[in-house]
Amino acid sequence: MSARAALAAVRAAGERARYNFAYLDERTKRMIRRAILKAVAIPGYQVPFAAREMPLPWGWGTGGMQVTAAVIGPQDVLKVIDQGADDTVNAVNIRRFFERTAGIATTERTAHATVIQTRHRIPETPLAEGQIVVFQVPVPEPMQRLEPRESETRRMHALADYGLMHVKLYEDIARYGRIVTAYDYPVIVNGRYLMAPSPIPKFDNPKLHMSPALMLFGAGREKRIYAVPPYTRVESLGFEDHPFEVQRWQAACALCGSRESFLDEVVTDDRGGRLYVCSDTDWCAARRARADAR
Amino acid sequence: MSEAPILRAAGLAKRFGARLALAEVSLELWEGEVLAVVGESGSGKSTLLACLAGRMAPDAGTVEFRTRHEGWRDVHAMSEAARRLLERTDWGFVHQRPEDGLRMTVSAGANIGERLMALGARRYGWIRAQAAHWLAQVEMDAARLDESPLAFSGGMRQRLQIARNLVTRPRLVFMDEPTSGLDVSVQARLVDLLRGLVRRLSLAAIVVTHDLGVARLLAHRMMVLKDGRVVETGLTDQVLDDPHHPYTQQLVASALAP
Amino acid sequence: MYVAVKGGERAIENSLALLAERRRGDPAVPELSVAQVREQLRLAVDRVMAEGSLYDPDLAALALKQARGDTLEAIFLVRAFRTTLPRLGYSLPLETARMRLARRISAAFKDLPGGQLLGPTFDYSQRLLDFALEAPEAPPPAPEAPAVAEAAPSVLELLAAEGLVEAEAEPPGAGEPPDLTREPLLFPAPRAARLQNLARADEGFLLALGYSTQRGYAHTHPFAGELRYGTVDVELVPEELGFPVVVGEVELTECQMINQFAGSGTRPPQFTRGYGLAFGHGERKAMAMALVDRALRAPELGEPVSAPAQMEEFVLAHSDALEAAGFVQHLKLPHYVDFQAELDLVRRLRAQAGEPPA
Repeated sequence: MSARAALAAVRAAGERARYNFAYLDERTKRMIRRAILKAVAIPGYQVPFAAREMPLPWGWGTGGMQVTAAVIGPQDVLKVIDQGADDTVNAVNIRRFFERTAGIATTERTAHATVIQTRHRIPETPLAEGQIVVFQVPVPEPMQRLEPRESETRRMHALADYGLMHVKLYEDIARYGRIVTAYDYPVIVNGRYLMAPSPIPKFDNPKLHMSPALMLFGAGREKRIYAVPPYTRVESLGFEDHPFEVQRWQAACALCGSRESFLDEVVTDDRGGRLYVCSDTDWCAARRARADAR
Repeated sequence: MSEAPILRAAGLAKRFGARLALAEVSLELWEGEVLAVVGESGSGKSTLLACLAGRMAPDAGTVEFRTRHEGWRDVHAMSEAARRLLERTDWGFVHQRPEDGLRMTVSAGANIGERLMALGARRYGWIRAQAAHWLAQVEMDAARLDESPLAFSGGMRQRLQIARNLVTRPRLVFMDEPTSGLDVSVQARLVDLLRGLVRRLSLAAIVVTHDLGVARLLAHRMMVLKDGRVVETGLTDQVLDDPHHPYTQQLVASALAP
Repeated sequence: MYVAVKGGERAIENSLALLAERRRGDPAVPELSVAQVREQLRLAVDRVMAEGSLYDPDLAALALKQARGDTLEAIFLVRAFRTTLPRLGYSLPLETARMRLARRISAAFKDLPGGQLLGPTFDYSQRLLDFALEAPEAPPPAPEAPAVAEAAPSVLELLAAEGLVEAEAEPPGAGEPPDLTREPLLFPAPRAARLQNLARADEGFLLALGYSTQRGYAHTHPFAGELRYGTVDVELVPEELGFPVVVGEVELTECQMINQFAGSGTRPPQFTRGYGLAFGHGERKAMAMALVDRALRAPELGEPVSAPAQMEEFVLAHSDALEAAGFVQHLKLPHYVDFQAELDLVRRLRAQAGEPPA
């Protein structure tokens, strides 16, 4: 054993002695679970909760991590993605955190995971009953940029007074001829609450509608939890004559040839060369593996 | 004017600390009727307007509005949701400063269309056509539909605020000194416009003003407030031509003085 | 083929190793001990305790060492540790009137019961670099002050007894103070919640806001009624005993501002208060906090809310250094999915406007 490995072992033993399973103490987890239950009972409603300080900075997924810590058990299999990818530093860091503090199994395969914590994407592989998707939410209030006073937006939610949100969409069309919101595109959940789906591209919005999986949203810095229970209606805002639309690409994925996934643009040189690849690394890898097998 | 009152208030009182802002004010307003509330600043007229419009709870007294479907309803006893619904359907509120009643960062069209969208309108083309129609009703060029109110003069902003209120065809409009921030020539045109709209749409309105000229041009009836109490009330021409209370006489005399 | 830059385990591990190396610096220079930080960089330790909301000088010193002297990073470490601790109970309210004073000044009275006590302060130190400190130092012992026999009641209580300053009473219907480390902050917030928020707020933010009130943005006509720093006993009532026992002591800085108040319809003219409290020796923090506390009381006192320091949601939602630092720096995280969506949109809009495609 190298000196560094020995040191790491000593540290790990020390940590396990001082920290609870999945980092948070059980009382805190109970508090978070109560908030989650309330959120599930009132789909789309932002439940205030006493977000704890986490060992990650506010704004870096503390809300999602607390929700994951509260719902995860020793039998769970965790997948963590950022921008659709399992191997970005941020995703790796959060996955390592749960490996280290909960000692649970992790996977990159969407279909194998029981809990998927995500930042900015919903996996391309269709979700199944029994899966939980945990979204990291930077700004839970969809009207915050239009009305920064929280006391006022809470009242607007209470009264389902959402004219303001449509004013924004109207203004987009009047100015640009189309709705220009491309991500964090507002939705109405179960015909009642206006909800920010977190900064997923609007391409992913249809995956929220009637999903068999439970969708949980955690905003740590803003101290809110909300939820879309399985098989719940989720409608993206729009006008009858300017309906909600998702992005389409001319190109296919340069690696797997997919034409139905969300593509990242990659700049390949300084002469304007670029190509497109799947943002969902697991989806892309699985397609390539199947192609190789054939 | 119809045969039925649309708004009635009884025994309104309001106190701010030691100061009595409103005492024993009662009134009835009829459908299609315009009532001017006049008095000097500090007379309680803005407090009265706020109490009538449900924006401030009186210490005593009641305010009732005859709704379309549920008959008389106590404005201060109804739920906030019900009152907000009234505020964006059957009522209008024109602020003295148009900036207080407009969204200054979105276009004129979005300002007018907001109430419609809040009520569930979801056809962009129709909302836009309605906005253009009401812009024309307040005698503004439809070409300015996509412009921000920031580009408008004070008089145009006030017209836009009025159009924003009228788009749901309210039955009752509250106006708080609607012309007082404007130049004299602009004032005259706006009063003219308001008079036409009120008649054409048979709106009931309560207009708070310190300007007896505005009251004479717009109002069927007027009410004179002093120190929170009603000192005189009657048909506008009667009150102005033959004021009984010394305070009204003084107001009329000072308004007539060059 | 080029594939998008992805991080991964090894990059993180290497980064941590580099960080550890930088932390140690030149190995030829003796390593700093936690005790040295605790004893010799005490004011940094105090700030970490105050904003970390954990009174533990050893942990704060350890955090400062681990954070390479970055105060915010050290506060972060302390908070992340604090959050895992169970709350075993609540102490009785601290009796700051019974503080064992190290320093106590009033700018409102020349003399007062208990006297003025200058204590250790930079205020009259002239701020000349002391090159003698370049060599190891052994300062001569400070002259021993005679023990203060006289009690030193708060100046404000003396004035309150005459009705000149508002009584320090709980507002009607205040109920139990909330615990912001256990409950979310909701608006409008009671003063107890506001004070908790300000007590752990970023010193720089409070300083700037407090300063703004002195420059006309919600002027509150403040006097430093009293500023005291010293040691206070912490008392707890164990359930099985039923009477208070002293479980320890903490060093505190307390500031009570006296502010003019013209009176309103419901209240006669009298002086009002702003309150500031910080762990350790933190006068700048306590004074700025007191200014902001008073400014935030505008609605309660019937004053118009027009300046940033008076806006409860603005102040309380932006006061926490960790929330601010985290969210500002989260922009370092990848945003390429969102950026991709925007890029696509701007291309379409440009095409629509007749620009050649990029």
